[in-house]
Amino acid sequence: MAIFEAHGVTKRFGGLVAVNQVEFALDEGMIASIIGPNGAGKTTLFNVFTGVYRPEEGSVRFDGHELIGLRADQITTLGMCRTFQNIRLFGNMTVLENILVGMHSRLKLSAVDALLRTRRFAQVERAALERAQEILRLIGLQGKGDELSKNLAYGDQRRLEIGRALASEPKLLLLDEPTAGMSPTEARTLMRFLRKLRTDLSLTILLIEHNMRVVMGVSERVTVLDYGLKIAEGTPEHVQRDARVIEAYLGTRKVASG
Amino acid sequence: MRNSSAAILTIRAVLRRPPVAMVLASVYILGTGALVAGTPRSLPFFLLFIGSLLLLYYLQLPAWFKAVGMGVTLALLMPFFGTRNGFYMEVATQVGIFVALALGLNIVVGLAGLLDLGYVAFYAVGAYTWAIFGSGQLLKSWPQLSGIFPLGGGSPTGTAWFFVFLLVAVAVAAITGLLLGLPVLRLRGDYLAIVTLGFGEMIRVLANNLDHPLNFTNGPIGITPIARPPIGPIQWALGALGIEATPAQIYPVYFYFIVLLVVGIVITVTNRFKNSHIGRAWEAIREDEPAAIAMGVPLVRMKLLAFAAGASFAGAMGVLFSAKQFFINPESFTFLESIGVLTMIILGGMGSIPGAILGATGVTILNLQILKQFSLTLNDWKNAGVTILGYNLANLPPQLEPAKYERMVFGVILVLMMIFRPQGIIPSRRRKMEFEEAALEKEEFAAEVVDTVEPKAE
Repeated sequence: MAIFEAHGVTKRFGGLVAVNQVEFALDEGMIASIIGPNGAGKTTLFNVFTGVYRPEEGSVRFDGHELIGLRADQITTLGMCRTFQNIRLFGNMTVLENILVGMHSRLKLSAVDALLRTRRFAQVERAALERAQEILRLIGLQGKGDELSKNLAYGDQRRLEIGRALASEPKLLLLDEPTAGMSPTEARTLMRFLRKLRTDLSLTILLIEHNMRVVMGVSERVTVLDYGLKIAEGTPEHVQRDARVIEAYLGTRKVASG
Repeated sequence: MRNSSAAILTIRAVLRRPPVAMVLASVYILGTGALVAGTPRSLPFFLLFIGSLLLLYYLQLPAWFKAVGMGVTLALLMPFFGTRNGFYMEVATQVGIFVALALGLNIVVGLAGLLDLGYVAFYAVGAYTWAIFGSGQLLKSWPQLSGIFPLGGGSPTGTAWFFVFLLVAVAVAAITGLLLGLPVLRLRGDYLAIVTLGFGEMIRVLANNLDHPLNFTNGPIGITPIARPPIGPIQWALGALGIEATPAQIYPVYFYFIVLLVVGIVITVTNRFKNSHIGRAWEAIREDEPAAIAMGVPLVRMKLLAFAAGASFAGAMGVLFSAKQFFINPESFTFLESIGVLTMIILGGMGSIPGAILGATGVTILNLQILKQFSLTLNDWKNAGVTILGYNLANLPPQLEPAKYERMVFGVILVLMMIFRPQGIIPSRRRKMEFEEAALEKEEFAAEVVDTVEPKAE
């Protein structure tokens, strides 16, 4: 069944239609991808889904809730969390603190708890710290918890961003070009990791990718955007053979080689 | 070179040992204390004595010893010196006021990263809250209140309201903080700075002009006399101990202790906020606002909380300030005051609690004592006609009067600090949380080992 549905989503910036009447749905437990050439509107669509932008038309539903009109932090509380194309960690905070911030919406604490250091505060903080350690182990950053996140190696930063998103206990994880800047081997490792996450945490995962090859192995369904329009959708094999997809990608290749 | 660094390491290793450090700290505190007690007018000795707080902070000492050391220094020795040299009490009280202001602004600017250039507005709100109600001011517009209103006309029981208004001002300032926070929620960086600057000026202009049609603030003339906290019980207690003291002797020490108490509360509140989910959310907003929201941090609530918490400290200190000064007018709450507090936290180290405390202490003592002393000395030299590098200071033209160097020297210190230590004197340190956890796991592991080994031994 569909855990996530978007109908007729349109987002305009002035005269530019960045996303045009897009229909999109995700079944629970699947790994799906949105691909498309540069400027196809992938990240804009992502930002509409996560509440950063408010679309001019359309509706977005997740887990029985209408998302249009909700703030980004409310959407995260509902169980959707994202990473960013250009890594956006809290650089001057430690790795562990980054993960603890990711848990913010799950900590049932008030300012009064923090001020009076209630027993509940101690319990919740303690449990949060323990869970943060688990996530560190999960993403392979154990022992680096007290390092400033800006001092991590690039690959570690990418993994920490995923860990930080996982800390919010999402049902749906949205990853914006998680393999950007990675070698093909690193990208393959990451995809294996995502598959494992999906099974272990029973997640639904949506990837945005610029590079078609990366997602072919891992995705059960691929959606192709070009100039804000959905031009194809289906299994990776189906999409790869689609004439319009080939045209969209060949077009960019021509420019690149010319 | 190598020898000297080895020597430093050895010294450090020796100092790390608690008994050595404890003896050293005790000797230092009592020694410098004796020096100040012997020559209460000596500025260098006083500064050395203040340094004992730094020593307590930096040495590796057990927490209880630090607490006792700070207690002896601040609650015992400092007021004692205050009775020998009244100026010290004034300095210490002002330091306390600015420490609280710096800690409040540190929440907004240092932790949440919201550049606030109008912070003094909240201080003014607190000060006027008490000044208006704790003086005859209200009776000027509403004479019919006389007799009903407990605070008017300097009635002796009315002064007890001081403590109530300490809390009222905290609430009023916090609400003012929310009012400022709401319209500027969407603003960041430069834009926020300009709006807060305007807000600070607005409050000052309001204070300047709210003398008509109804006279609230008495305009530029200011409000006086402002009631002071009740002194009766203290006189009675001192009398029971056989000490005769005039109000003029009691008040400075009295204010010092109230300020000390409030600063203690402020430090606790700041610390608890900082080391909690709230502090983490603030810092996440400072580091990357869009990412913080995407991680589920409710931006509006967290920013408003930062503004309100920061403002409330200033509100409490405003009440103390107006009661201590006996008189306030809008001139006490200029833009320069906001910048002054900002300077303290930048010098101390943005986001760092010890940094804000040290910055406030350093800048206040610098302004009140060191730079004053500096220009006084230069002036003495000028009057005595001392010759430096073949130039007789008596020939200095009046435009180059030594008093005018004070600000210049302060400026030079600021510039040098920013060039050589831009992160501040005590930069914010991250808590090592994983380490604690790892140590705990080790303990648990050890316990498990013991559990599994013991049955075998039986």
